[in-house]
Amino acid sequence: MDSEHRASPPTPIAGTLLLFATLLFFWVLLNGSLARDVLVVGVVASALIAIFFRSHLAWFSELRLTPKALLTTVAYIFYYLKELVSSNLNVAAIVLSPELPVKPGIVKVRTKLKNPMGRMLLCNSITLTPGTLTVEMDGEWLYIHWISVHSPDIEQATADIVAGFERYLEVMYG
Amino acid sequence: MDILGGLLLVAGSIFLLLGGLGLVRMPDVFNRIQAGTKATTLGTLLSLAGFACLQPDWALKLFLIGLFVLFTNPLSSQVLARAAHRSGSRMSALTSVDALAKDRDEPTGKPL
Repeated sequence: MDSEHRASPPTPIAGTLLLFATLLFFWVLLNGSLARDVLVVGVVASALIAIFFRSHLAWFSELRLTPKALLTTVAYIFYYLKELVSSNLNVAAIVLSPELPVKPGIVKVRTKLKNPMGRMLLCNSITLTPGTLTVEMDGEWLYIHWISVHSPDIEQATADIVAGFERYLEVMYG
Repeated sequence: MDILGGLLLVAGSIFLLLGGLGLVRMPDVFNRIQAGTKATTLGTLLSLAGFACLQPDWALKLFLIGLFVLFTNPLSSQVLARAAHRSGSRMSALTSVDALAKDRDEPTGKPL
């Protein structure tokens, strides 16, 4: 992913602290214990990672923290799960039908999202939706392997594949 | 709770089975990745949910595992697909269009 659009976190210190807190949180959850030696190891490891890799984990610092964005995040998660289930039923139907009704192809679509994290989530979402798989990414262009190509036209494919998720991600990351 | 957990496990196993069947039946590597990714993601999530019902103590850890699966599974599939396309993996004869190969052959000035 290109880094030209990377938004800088509010301040470096806040970004580091946020990353540190996240890592420590996961560490405690995974250990399921607050014993002293567990905590010490967690604090040391989280601090080291937070200091050295801060700029590469822009996950929270780029999510907008407005109430609207948070609501949209929740809506997005439900939409994502719904698409995941329908995607599975769709693939199951294809795999089980004797004549294997596939018409695969790689189409090109365009995304309006500028934020690298937003684009990454978009790619992930596309991969888990019915019959589509992100193959390559070049700036705003995504190349999607589509198990049953309806139309190779860029506009039409964009509307079919990208628009559903973009609606949410636009609000979340802009 | 035990019954619900059992049902979830069975459902998860069915999706994993279908994913395996997809790997055998699909015509080329990209379609196989498609079948593999989707079915295994939902299958794994359902199985994890099933385990969580049977062993409520583990629920939190299982939830975290599910979260990681949800994030890493599609990513790895994308990288596999990209590697396959770059190395010129043969595509099924059913393939109707390949915009990526076309753009690679006629460079637009931007490196891919």
